[in-house]
Amino acid sequence: MSDYKLIKNERIDVEEILKDLEHYHPRRRGWTWRQPAPAEQLKQGPFRYRDISANMEGDSVGLMTAHYFDNIDPQPMPTITTEIASGRFEDDIRRMRMAAHHGADHIMVIRTAGQSHFDGLIEGTPQGSGGVPITRKQVRAQRKALDMIEDEVGRPINYHSYVSGVAGPDVAVMFAEEGVNGCHQDPQYNVIYRNVNMVRSFVDACESKKIIAWADMAQIDGAHNANATAREAWKVMPELMVQHAINAAFSASVGIDKKQICLSTVPPTATPAPCVYMDLPYAVALRDLFTEYRMRAQMNTKYVESSTRDATVTHVLNMLISKLTSADIQSTITPDEGRNVPWHIYNIEACDTAKQTLLGMDGLMDMVQLKEDGPLRENARELKERAVLFFEEILAAGGYFNAVEQGFFVDSGIYPERNGDGICREIAGGVGAGTVFERAEDYMAPVTAHYGYNNVAQYDESAVNDPSKLIGGCTFEEPEKIIYIDELDEEDNVNVRMAETAQYRGKNCKTLKPEMEWQADGIVMVNLFFPAPRRIAEAAAIEAGRRMGLQDVEVISREIMQEAEGTRVEIKGRVDFDLDVDHLVIPEEPHVLTDAEIRADIERKPMTVVCGTVGNDEHSVGLREIIDIKHGGIEKYGIKVHYLGTSVPVEKLVNAAIELDADAILASTIISHDDIHYKNIANIDRLAKEMGVRDRLMFLVGGTQITPEIAVQMGADAGFGRGTKGIHDATFLVERRRELEAAGKWPK
Amino acid sequence: MKRQDDFESRRAHLKGMSDEELKTYFWQLAQQVVDPLLELGYKNTSPAIERSVLLRMGFSSLEAKPMVEQAIAHNLISHGVGNVVYRLSKATGMSIRDAGVALSRGELWDQAEKLF
Repeated sequence: MSDYKLIKNERIDVEEILKDLEHYHPRRRGWTWRQPAPAEQLKQGPFRYRDISANMEGDSVGLMTAHYFDNIDPQPMPTITTEIASGRFEDDIRRMRMAAHHGADHIMVIRTAGQSHFDGLIEGTPQGSGGVPITRKQVRAQRKALDMIEDEVGRPINYHSYVSGVAGPDVAVMFAEEGVNGCHQDPQYNVIYRNVNMVRSFVDACESKKIIAWADMAQIDGAHNANATAREAWKVMPELMVQHAINAAFSASVGIDKKQICLSTVPPTATPAPCVYMDLPYAVALRDLFTEYRMRAQMNTKYVESSTRDATVTHVLNMLISKLTSADIQSTITPDEGRNVPWHIYNIEACDTAKQTLLGMDGLMDMVQLKEDGPLRENARELKERAVLFFEEILAAGGYFNAVEQGFFVDSGIYPERNGDGICREIAGGVGAGTVFERAEDYMAPVTAHYGYNNVAQYDESAVNDPSKLIGGCTFEEPEKIIYIDELDEEDNVNVRMAETAQYRGKNCKTLKPEMEWQADGIVMVNLFFPAPRRIAEAAAIEAGRRMGLQDVEVISREIMQEAEGTRVEIKGRVDFDLDVDHLVIPEEPHVLTDAEIRADIERKPMTVVCGTVGNDEHSVGLREIIDIKHGGIEKYGIKVHYLGTSVPVEKLVNAAIELDADAILASTIISHDDIHYKNIANIDRLAKEMGVRDRLMFLVGGTQITPEIAVQMGADAGFGRGTKGIHDATFLVERRRELEAAGKWPK
Repeated sequence: MKRQDDFESRRAHLKGMSDEELKTYFWQLAQQVVDPLLELGYKNTSPAIERSVLLRMGFSSLEAKPMVEQAIAHNLISHGVGNVVYRLSKATGMSIRDAGVALSRGELWDQAEKLF
């Protein structure tokens, strides 16, 4: 086997992952839940947490603001899911690594459209549409990559896909063999949404679930689809509980541990509905009834529009429900779900949204309690009773199959109300109808994890509890017996696709192209505003995209600001140029002196600075970071700092520098509309010259929107942008003073 | 079917139940709904189940599929396709793997039929 390992600052080499796949065996099976943080990890940076899980022991990327707090990266308690399936599994591997670094430990792979109706396993690595064809090679490659990624981030990563359709048991076996850790399995999903014959679907599900139980996978049901399908999604709440219970009771009866059976539960509605008021009683009712099971908090997708902001707010409100009740797994539907097959950046955004929101609400329930009376409990009770009545009527109708035939499910009336718009399926209809066969008295299957009647005793009484003994062990005991198939299609496979993009791959690759989902797809997104009505603005945006040189320009989102005054439009398009890394102008990393060198220089000759945020600008945090001793600012080197505050007129700053005989002015300027930040720089420079002091003052400017080169053009001695620390300013001050002294130009 | 919301009249018998009693009743009903479905699974098999058995016996998906199709054509699926392979292997002295590969090629089915 190859000794290939991931290196933090090198891209993952997918070709290495694909090598020797025929000899790969998964290192473990079964799902891994996050563990609560040990006591010593509850204190992180300046904070004390209450609900977090154990730290990632390897590399991770913290929230954007973590740099203010010693780069801590606490992890919330629920498992964080990300759904990755661009159609090219080889590119998804790269995204999985990014997502894992942002805190995802549940990687869910969506299947390609149509796989539910494929009667058998798909083999090889064909390209998918809306998902990935789930095959042994694809699963094996991704699990192998995740083994390396989990070593890198220092936390187990659960890999997940779907056990559904007419090849459920086939897929379940392959997943068990390949170390897949979680899956969706719910025969109701097949019946209602995929029109798989209901008898076949439930008979197959018994076998699939038995295999899932053996492999200790976490299982997620499909009930959330009722919410996504029903015309008025919030009205299916009683039915959702019924669907959850059918799959839960069925799965537990087959033998899956209840602690591995997860309800895929969705807060059923979204704004502008008063959604928390409507969703919370439902969430409480569900957790009242399903005390022994796990909650996988799925996000509401029914009402996702093309605005990523809108979708993110829904996501956050959904997580408020998770926090007020419970969630073992927190899903993160990407905010671009309403308009794209998700892009890399949105998987990461969604993971960060979950981490940020859940951390922000850490400890909330130590302070807040759900009321024990009033509308919360009354509404929850009513929903439970409605669900019970639903069950009574299923039984009165003659059982589950008859109920489906009569259109009980996904009816948009709030049960027992019925609108007659439910989905009806015939008992003898659907894909795979007539393919269920009664087992004969001598029926036998010499394998492990087989459900139902199995006459092993006819051959060997001692093998009754271990049927695979008859054949010397099956693949579950003897993985060497697994037959690995590489590729079946000479054209449609990963090798062909990767050869087409070879120039963009590899750790020493010098060719870059923008991408959103596939290597070098060239896709870019542009945000525009036009002072025009929607239709004109959309046409203008497409034309603007063309003139920017984009191909295949499409509008992906639009938002009216005011009917006549303007429309915001987001477009996507494709560029067809490559960038050569060797020809890029890359500004040098700011160089810094050591703390000791700076201190020694200030000791040699004291230094005084005046500083403030200039203009009508009340931002103070950035400048305080640069100066305050407690943030590692320039005070710590012994530099004397006179801080004038915020909204300081430029005249006041220059006058103060003169009065205090300062060595330098440090101006902070954050607000940037109309380039006011650069205008402020020019004003300070001009004023200091007019007052005849420019030569004896060093002038530094900083702010989040400052580009150092432009700041210098506008008259500052140095500019400092986002990410600047006190040591950068101090280094500049010390070195500049030395230069001026050496040149005999420093008057003091 | 269309129906007005008659929750208030339907719920009369649930009104007096405690939350705990309601929960117990909910799960009793759920179990009653799924029991016959479990029974169906116990007594029946399907092409997918048989393929999954063959996969576990060490056959590839490409081998398993024609074996199951042939078993249906020869009216043997009710005995279990793994069972067909097993008996053929015992009767011929072939290994499980060789017996199955032969069946997947469409060979030895007449012989297999005679074993049931």
